[in-house]
Amino acid sequence: MSPDASARTTPYWLTGPALAVFLALVIIPLGMTVLLAFYDWGQYKGIVAEFTLKNFREIFSDGYFLEVFLRTLRISVLVTLFAILIGVPEAYILNRMSPAWRGLCLLAILGPLLVSVVARTLGWALLLGSNGLVNRGLMALGLIGQPLEFMFTETGVVIALVHVLIPLMILAVWASLQRLDPQIENAALSLGASRLTIWRRVILPQIVPGILSGGVIVFALAASAFASPAIIGGRRLKVAATLAYDEFLNTLNWPLGAAVAVLLLAALMILTIGTNRLVERRYSQVFE
Amino acid sequence: MSRNGPFAILFHTLFVVFMLAPLVVVCLVAFTPEGYLSLPGRVWSLRWFRAILDYPEFLRAFRDSLWLAALSSTVAIGLAVPAALAIARYRFPGREAMTALFMSPLMVPHVVLGIAFLRFFTQIGLSGTFLGLVLSHIIVIIPFALRLVLAASYGIDRRIEHAAVSLGASPAVVFRRVTLPLILPGVVSGWLLAAINSFDEVTMTVFIASPATTTLPVRMFLYIQDNIDPLIAAVSACLIALTAILLMALDRLFGLDRLFVGTGKG
Repeated sequence: MSPDASARTTPYWLTGPALAVFLALVIIPLGMTVLLAFYDWGQYKGIVAEFTLKNFREIFSDGYFLEVFLRTLRISVLVTLFAILIGVPEAYILNRMSPAWRGLCLLAILGPLLVSVVARTLGWALLLGSNGLVNRGLMALGLIGQPLEFMFTETGVVIALVHVLIPLMILAVWASLQRLDPQIENAALSLGASRLTIWRRVILPQIVPGILSGGVIVFALAASAFASPAIIGGRRLKVAATLAYDEFLNTLNWPLGAAVAVLLLAALMILTIGTNRLVERRYSQVFE
Repeated sequence: MSRNGPFAILFHTLFVVFMLAPLVVVCLVAFTPEGYLSLPGRVWSLRWFRAILDYPEFLRAFRDSLWLAALSSTVAIGLAVPAALAIARYRFPGREAMTALFMSPLMVPHVVLGIAFLRFFTQIGLSGTFLGLVLSHIIVIIPFALRLVLAASYGIDRRIEHAAVSLGASPAVVFRRVTLPLILPGVVSGWLLAAINSFDEVTMTVFIASPATTTLPVRMFLYIQDNIDPLIAAVSACLIALTAILLMALDRLFGLDRLFVGTGKG
């Protein structure tokens, strides 16, 4: 076997099995789902393989679907915002801890990532109920007279999702903090900059790529979250993912459910690719 | 490096409380002696843990979840190791596209994948089968396996392999005796992370699981949809305890930061 010929074919032999699996189990199913979104459906006739834009027209003209998509957007924006506002300072604090403490705190902060999201959301359902610890605590402190409604509200869903997704934001920001040269901070300090100025002018600009990539991950996962909105939001407060689930497993209008999924996928793809482009173009020098 | 001030420590403490509160509450409620949701007072009881044994569907789902995680992560690592070696060592047309394709399950929402698999499996007659679950889980966990094996593959010194070849070792022997031991930390941590992600997956699985073959998170989710009681808190507490033990083992073996940031050891 000549080294030239083997160098040309070997990578394809090595990636071949994985490629075959992905073609069969990702490309084909996703392609079928996109097709399904353009199929017709009727209560009695079932799925009819005829090209139609009916599903998309229904989603864009029916106020109910618009409300669900707007709610999904609102929840995702709020979750991303809170994840940034809490996650960025927390990552910074973690980065300045002694290694021993940091190891312990990482266990507490990243550990929940490995616990099933169902168990984590159950915890919030227990905490946020009208009889839950949060309400009882607030009432005992005299801050509120009556229990606040968290269950079956967007506030409750946002709280649970921030908890579920914030470790990912911390990881992304922390990764870019570790690339910082601490001497730059010291240089700014020695030149008389205040802590706030250092934060705003030295540290923040360097970790913006990390915040952006963490923000995209958190936003995408919040927009497509299923278990937390389903448990905290209940059957009434629908988001895009629970709407698609309903269409598939309760109403059985698969083409409409597929159309919801395709819209969600398209929106998130555009957002992710757009942000990645921006980060690469605008902040490429940071990665050097 | 300057230290954290008192305000930073307070912020951090509140944050850790926020992160742990829901898990702690689940574990506390699981020990209630009452028949309804409440925190245990003077008396702590194991009655709800015993009650799990009266619900064989939880135990069966747990067993199925373990099998599913073990099988799918083993196949995933089997596909990821050669693919990672090719991506790490060769420059070939289609390399970037393939890497993006193999990582794409991280970008495609799991609800979309669930719908896609439901449609696909219904068409080819795999709907509601264990094989269908395994196939779909392989796809969603490959990125985790690939990322860790890839990180390990970039780090190895090719000259060790060249030395083995020059000493007359066949490609199979080089892989088994030289390459594999060198990337083993990445392979093991990749397998574990893949298995954990398979075990925890609920959004996609809820679409393709059937009452006969389902996973523990899906079974728990469907139970919570109907009612929330101390029994489900006890099941969750068991899951949290199991994860905590696994987490400490992982931390000892690899270091958590390495596992999550995906650089691997070595």
